[in-house]
Amino acid sequence: MPPPRPPRARARTGPGEVVVSVSKPLPHDAAALHVRGAARYVDDIPVPPGCLHLAFGLSDTAHGEVLSIDLGAARAAEGVALALGPGDLDPMPDVSPSAHDEPLLAQGLVHHMGQPVFLVAARSHLAARRAARLGRVEIRPLPPVLTLEEALAAGDRHFDGGPRVWSRGDAGAAVAAAALRVEGEIEVGGQEHFYLEGQAALAVPGEGGDMVVHASSQHPTEIQHKVADALGVPMHAVRVEVRRMGGAFGGKESQGNALAVACAVVAARTGRPARMRYDRDDDFVITGKRHDVRIRYRAGFDPSGRVRAVELVHLVRCGWSLDLSLPVSDRAMLHAVGAYDVEHVRVESHRLRTNTQSATAFRGFGGPQGMLGIERVMDHVAHALGRDPLDVRRANLFADAPGPSAEAPARGPERDAPGPDGPTHGAARGGAAAVERPRDEAADVASRGAVGAVEGHPAPAEPAGQSTYYGMPVTDYVLGGLVDDLARRADYQARRTAIAEWNAEQPVLRRGIALTPVMFGISFTLTHLNQAGALVHVYQDGSIHLNHGGTEMGQGLFRKVSQVAASAFGVGVEAVRITATDTAKVPNTSATAASSGTDLNGMAVAAACATIRERIAGFLAGLHGGAAVRFEGGEVRVGGEAYPFAEAVRLAYANRVSLSATGFYATPEIVWDRERGRGRPFYYFAYGAACTEVVMDRLTGENRILRADILHDVGRSLNPALDLGQIEGGYVQGCGWLTTEELVWDPGGRLATHAPSTYKIPACSDRPDVLNVALWGGANREETIHRSKAVGEPPLMLANSAFLALSDAAARFGPAYPALDAPATPERLWRAARRAEAGALREAAE
Amino acid sequence: MDVEFLLNGEVVRLGDVAATRTLLDWLREERGLAGTKEGCNEGDCGACSVIVTDDRGPRALNACILLLPQLHGAAVRTIEGIAGPGGEPHPVQTAMVEHHGSQCGFCTPGFVVTMAAAHMAGRRDHDDQLAGCLCRCTGYAPIVRAAEAVEDAPVPGWMIDDPIAGAAPSRARPGTSAPGPAGGARGSGRGVAGMAEGPGDPTAHDGPRSRAEAPAAPSRAGVGADWGRRDPVAGTGASDAAGGPGGGWVRPSSSDALAAWLVDHPDATLVAGATDVGLWVTKGMRDLGEVAFLAGCRDLRGVDVGAEEVRIGAMASVETVREAMAPLHPALGEVLRRYGSVQVRHAATIGGNIANGSPIGDSPPLLIALGATLHLRRGEERRSMPLEKFFLDYGRQDRQPGEFVEAITVPRQQDRLRAWKLSKRFDQDISAVCGAFRITMEDGAVAEARIAFGGMAATPRRAAAAEAALTGAPWDEAALRRAAAALGEDFAPISDMRASAEYRLEAARGMLTRCWLADRGAAISVLEVTA
Repeated sequence: MPPPRPPRARARTGPGEVVVSVSKPLPHDAAALHVRGAARYVDDIPVPPGCLHLAFGLSDTAHGEVLSIDLGAARAAEGVALALGPGDLDPMPDVSPSAHDEPLLAQGLVHHMGQPVFLVAARSHLAARRAARLGRVEIRPLPPVLTLEEALAAGDRHFDGGPRVWSRGDAGAAVAAAALRVEGEIEVGGQEHFYLEGQAALAVPGEGGDMVVHASSQHPTEIQHKVADALGVPMHAVRVEVRRMGGAFGGKESQGNALAVACAVVAARTGRPARMRYDRDDDFVITGKRHDVRIRYRAGFDPSGRVRAVELVHLVRCGWSLDLSLPVSDRAMLHAVGAYDVEHVRVESHRLRTNTQSATAFRGFGGPQGMLGIERVMDHVAHALGRDPLDVRRANLFADAPGPSAEAPARGPERDAPGPDGPTHGAARGGAAAVERPRDEAADVASRGAVGAVEGHPAPAEPAGQSTYYGMPVTDYVLGGLVDDLARRADYQARRTAIAEWNAEQPVLRRGIALTPVMFGISFTLTHLNQAGALVHVYQDGSIHLNHGGTEMGQGLFRKVSQVAASAFGVGVEAVRITATDTAKVPNTSATAASSGTDLNGMAVAAACATIRERIAGFLAGLHGGAAVRFEGGEVRVGGEAYPFAEAVRLAYANRVSLSATGFYATPEIVWDRERGRGRPFYYFAYGAACTEVVMDRLTGENRILRADILHDVGRSLNPALDLGQIEGGYVQGCGWLTTEELVWDPGGRLATHAPSTYKIPACSDRPDVLNVALWGGANREETIHRSKAVGEPPLMLANSAFLALSDAAARFGPAYPALDAPATPERLWRAARRAEAGALREAAE
Repeated sequence: MDVEFLLNGEVVRLGDVAATRTLLDWLREERGLAGTKEGCNEGDCGACSVIVTDDRGPRALNACILLLPQLHGAAVRTIEGIAGPGGEPHPVQTAMVEHHGSQCGFCTPGFVVTMAAAHMAGRRDHDDQLAGCLCRCTGYAPIVRAAEAVEDAPVPGWMIDDPIAGAAPSRARPGTSAPGPAGGARGSGRGVAGMAEGPGDPTAHDGPRSRAEAPAAPSRAGVGADWGRRDPVAGTGASDAAGGPGGGWVRPSSSDALAAWLVDHPDATLVAGATDVGLWVTKGMRDLGEVAFLAGCRDLRGVDVGAEEVRIGAMASVETVREAMAPLHPALGEVLRRYGSVQVRHAATIGGNIANGSPIGDSPPLLIALGATLHLRRGEERRSMPLEKFFLDYGRQDRQPGEFVEAITVPRQQDRLRAWKLSKRFDQDISAVCGAFRITMEDGAVAEARIAFGGMAATPRRAAAAEAALTGAPWDEAALRRAAAALGEDFAPISDMRASAEYRLEAARGMLTRCWLADRGAAISVLEVTA
């Protein structure tokens, strides 16, 4: 049968033109909308008339007993439709992602200043905010537990039943036996997400008790689950849509629950749409932030700088509820030894409950805090030895994995990757015993907070060869070569010398430099969350519409996934459209978190595309006597014929070939025994390193980041432009965390830094004047999507180099170790420099 | 009371406007223009930036703390009005896409608008121009690359707005509904507003509109037919029946009108730039009572650099003051460069910065060190005082009922000013300590020391003991030690979220040391070090 005449091509690529979508530096899928103000966020969605706007009335007390709530004035205020206190909600909806310990409104006790106590619904956002200040809440104050010291002293403030300890060898004995020792403590501050778009949700009631929720959330399924639970309906009655977020960074993994539930409850009660967004100050005082952590360390090392043993104690301030603090603290432990191969390790983690905002997910999820701890140890060891910290770091790296991947080109088309060509790409798990069983029917199994609620795997065998202290084989290590390469690119050695010379001539200024590595584990540590689904439709005109479980928060996930789909069909990305993430399209999604968005959803989409492609190919091969079929250049090529893609699709449709498919992916190989702290929690590691130079002023502690050189491993990049964006942005965000972003609570537990006027994220001029970023080439050794690597979180930790460079600068003022704490505000740096100097005074006195 | 302005080239006339209604809320809630974003609602993130053009030319302002009555007679351009009439992108928009300047996109409209305003003014100091726009995703580098890429691109004609100077209430404006002629002036009504020389050629767009040009006197560009000539005190305004209790408001069109009215309304709130009062509204949710919007008091705006003194009108924007004073006193220029952001500096006035009496306002310590005199007016009575005398105590100033700040005068002098602002972040932050030093020498000894600090006490204050410790002695290390010690007598600062008391005092001493080192030519600024 001769192929029919192709219709007038609507194809966006001419015949013969090579279309390789993967690896192209294409702009963000919504960039053209962003720059015109036409990209729609939750608060921009036009609503039907009669929409109610909500605001919470907040606790003004950090800890106390609610004696009475009088909402009379709030109810009487202009434009108010409804005011609800805890007594008006029975049962009280829970908005926790883990332990069911977060009532939507405080019940009986308030646990932090800023906790929602009542809810107002009014005709406008402003009317609701005004009315929320009119509620009279009488609270009998109880002594608050605010600090780590207070929590430890109180004795009964541990989540997780007490400290969690993971170890290898006998660190205590090995430290004691070591030739040299350092010990110390570092404070690592928290961090407010400061997503530019504050928390927001909109609930639109439907017929028969249905509810549609638009949420600014990284976790639509979690919103769906919590809303269904609050309304007492099955999950099928709730549909959650997320088109995009105006930034999230972990702050919208669980923190959007309260708004979505509040909107749904009011919408169900009134039959009117309900919308809520937090004013920025409310957002600061209600929602959780990055956990602040104090790390105590003792390390034993030999004169070469090789660290033989390290003991670390993590004191983690979790805030008032559990939220995601267990997996966050776990990840801090998993990164407590960073990129280093230390034989004897003991990590003890205390997860402490305090009367402050409930600390939550934030880019890196505990990893940054853990890694900063060990970088501090390396810095301290180097100081004690009087050696270059880079030498000490190098002395403690793992051995690079043998093999070619490290030298592969950084960029370039990836066309024949062993990608997910089959319709399924299931996990190859070890044995029949490896069945995950939810223990608890009420458990929120799609949340990272479900740690402990799902039965884990039996512990795997201990690996041969080098491994992390928790028993994960390290088989893809590249940092030896990567660090050498970066040191060369950054001209580290020469600059270190030049800096010393410059410093010698300065009365009050000192420069510092540091080069630090990053090794970050990629996978949800709650193993069963490492799954994703997708739904792909190919229409008669050759256009492709798809959905997957991931959410777009600026990271460029939709663009990368559209490149994967376009590549699968050999068409240009403009043929692919991804619409809002929707729980009715793809169910049971995991949060877009843990840097997993592209890894998981890219694979699921590739699987769905492969299914459709195989159907089309099978049909066309049948037409052409079983000839091989290729999808490339906007065409489907078979037996000497070249069909424009749209034509091939029309032909398939006319011959009743299904052009819609789902795809599914589950990450293989990972096995994690959390109770014992053994296994392979991660599919692979992402690597990187940064070299930062700074200058500081002893008189005031003022400082600048002058230059940063970064080399970061993204595997084979799906989109180098987006990856560079994640790296640059992550670095600067990390620098903010470690320098100017200081959270201050007053003695009563009030967050004193509750708006951008008092909480300072990096501004334009804070980025280094010189910022050189390069991608470390080489395919991922594991079979990820087109052999790329996750890039969301790891670059944040490149900023450790800025912190250690500041420590280096402070150390130039005297002989003592400056013991710099984070964030390194001008005041902390001034103190660190004084500590260094005080050593000089001590020495002089002796 | 009516408010009339141009919105993306179209005349908007609003009746019954509440004094507290912000442009941002109005755009989003009533006009359905959702491209302008609310990020912080306090003028600190720039997501709500819009371009406002009046007789002073175009400038970026924060819509979240811009009250509608402030806009009367101005032209407003939002992100929806940045692309051309046919949808053609502004060069900044194209560059932002090409350079991957957006990630989550939420801050992007504010950046694009602010960049477009800077582009119109021919600015190349991108870090300063963008200091008021926060981005949490990109780390800024790609945004700056985009800004650099369009430096030499011509300003699209459609960006040129004329304020509605002299627009009569019902007057039809030519060109308001149809795209303009070649050159793309979209509904700008060029030629009707006393701008007969209006630039038809986009590339000719410079001159008085350029903020880069430092006006030594009030700009006369764009003076409308009846700016300042309408009824001196227009109406009593309307209270907002819908939006809650807003007091009545007026819009005096000259300082004489203001003076007369204020005598009879001594409890009224005066709104100049609203960078502080705006927060009373958006965060404090306060009602302002009776309000006088001072935007029409053009005669208070000028900066007059004379032979004997510089006279700065109370309504001169901080940006105007910076431009006029930086050549005379670079240290003042440098501190004011870090005052708020362009959005804030264009709105904030020097009179407001003084009159609100903040202990951490940045201009008072500088002006005190320069020996400035404050001029107050009540009705037809006027009085003057050294600026430092104005600040009585925390939240209390020597301003009588019905009195207002009319001007500041600064004597012309040889520049000996050194001044530093200490904050957690260099740009757009509030000072923990702001120190200003003017140490003049005569015959090898200190003839006069004027040292003033913000952030060290309940008011901006001189360091009398330190000044005394220096005066008459050689400016040597011993004097430095004496003066540093004396600062401990001068100040007992407090601890707060910005800094501890101990650090404040030591940093103040550090600034004194820095002053001494700078006089000896040592490198003292981390801002001047490059990699």
